[in-house]
Amino acid sequence: MPNAFWCIVEDDRRGTPKKVMAEVIGEAARVSSGRAEAVWLTDKASEAGLTQLAEWGATKVWLLENGAFAPYRSEVWVGAAAELAAKERPRAIFAPVTSRAREFAARLAARLGVGLAADCVAFAMDGERLVATRPVYAGKLLAKVAWAKTPWVATLRPNVFRPADGEPGRKAAVERPSGPTPAAQMKFVERREEVSTGLPELTEAEIVLSGGRGMKGPEHYVILEDMARVIGAAVGASRAAVDAGWRPHRFQIGQTGRTISPKLYMGFGVSGAIQHLAGMRTSKVIVAVNKDPEAPIFRIADYGIVADLFEVVPELTKEFKKLLEK
Amino acid sequence: MRILVAVKQVPDTATQVKVSADPRVIDTTGITWIISPYDEFAVEEALRIKEKRGQGEVVAVSLGPERVKEALRACLAMGCDRAIHLNDPAWSDADTLVTAKALAAVVRQEAPQLLLCGRQAIDDDMGAVAAQLAELLGWPCAYWVMEEAIDADTKTVRAARQVEGGLEVFDLPLPAVLTAQKGLNEPRYPTLRGIMGAKKKEIRDVKAADLGWAPEPPQLSVVTLEALPPRPPGRIIQGDVPTAVKELVRSLREEAKAI
Repeated sequence: MPNAFWCIVEDDRRGTPKKVMAEVIGEAARVSSGRAEAVWLTDKASEAGLTQLAEWGATKVWLLENGAFAPYRSEVWVGAAAELAAKERPRAIFAPVTSRAREFAARLAARLGVGLAADCVAFAMDGERLVATRPVYAGKLLAKVAWAKTPWVATLRPNVFRPADGEPGRKAAVERPSGPTPAAQMKFVERREEVSTGLPELTEAEIVLSGGRGMKGPEHYVILEDMARVIGAAVGASRAAVDAGWRPHRFQIGQTGRTISPKLYMGFGVSGAIQHLAGMRTSKVIVAVNKDPEAPIFRIADYGIVADLFEVVPELTKEFKKLLEK
Repeated sequence: MRILVAVKQVPDTATQVKVSADPRVIDTTGITWIISPYDEFAVEEALRIKEKRGQGEVVAVSLGPERVKEALRACLAMGCDRAIHLNDPAWSDADTLVTAKALAAVVRQEAPQLLLCGRQAIDDDMGAVAAQLAELLGWPCAYWVMEEAIDADTKTVRAARQVEGGLEVFDLPLPAVLTAQKGLNEPRYPTLRGIMGAKKKEIRDVKAADLGWAPEPPQLSVVTLEALPPRPPGRIIQGDVPTAVKELVRSLREEAKAI
């Protein structure tokens, strides 16, 4: 389709697109009035995955299926995607913010000689140009940016855009463009899995509980994990807690950690330093529990309780259990 | 082996940032400038590689106005051997791609075996320049690196990158680009001797003409910078803990519809 908005598919590495693609496709379709197309580079796509993309609103799926595409390497992906883009001339190329899609979008933009806007939180058409909004300076300001020419390459912050309502039965044509097998300089050695907490991924979770210095030690995070299991939340930490060695860095929320934007963020013993706010201030609802009534986090919290978190957390877990058992 | 480290000078996180009279840029009055924290991890890693091998050269490079010299001086104080400053008004409205092109021209001149960058700069958080450099140079690139080891015999670097759910390890032929993630190392503080020694080290000014640079417009431009819309005022829930918790759960359910 001319003037299509491409959506680069992020999958679970087992042939299924991640839920965040409902947001990317939903936003692409909204901005382009229904011209969203999915571009999926993978070693193996599932039929269910293709159906899912169509139901979310992709009018077409460009399926580039090749063993060389997994694990992801930018040098391999960029050639295949750029070649297709040169032929199909999309108007925009969207991808979710994930570790690899961030890199891929940057490299693809360089190959195509166009601009990149990373980690966007809003889009609007201004006549014939697209204007993107993105947080800058630790989220203290919002920058509105625009491109000199198309395709407009952008990555979208998860949990910010309204996901497409899946429409069962909606179909999309699947195109399988053929191309030469891309060569790779990088040689895959191994993948080391993290010890799974059994809880959702921090950047994908709809509810995030965060423990700060007030947690007093690594042994106490179990009380947050108990609550997390009740309400299906992820558990993160402030930089103070990570720097103290209480939690691994992958759990850090903030400027030198993960940026999250859940429906509900609850901070326990988190003071709310600027660098922490940078990573969570676009959360929809913010709850703060802290003994210190002067803690800066109360200034951006929707709901606050000034009390000892060790009294609040067990009580809150109990109340959540009661609520969800109803 | 020569290692190039690209760094960016950014406002300190704690600094108040305001929009200037020109709504596309910030007011730089009173701002404290620092090396972007991820870039410090990159500098530290470059120095460790050199120290481990007992030989080599670490060159810091940065693009920006005159004040950027302070950041480069700090890199020299940490132990970098010399520095290159891309210092020309021609780059004043550079986007990531223009920046990457200017840096790529320097990389071609210096011909390092390894290029280290921070994962992203904490001012505009674009996180694009390293990947774009890799593209322009045709080099392999490992992002968000948590560990690395150079193998001089095979001329490769083994790098573990952080991905959702774990680490992925690759062998990259040199020359290659790595971006430093927090956790890679703990950056050193410059010693007094380092600070004194840095004054004698070279910071070479590079103008656009020195790179044979043809003026190039940015592909992405800021239309306006705006302050954040204020959040609606919050509410401190009063009462003893059991009462306050009940009220919080009720509010989250009924008002905020967040649970």
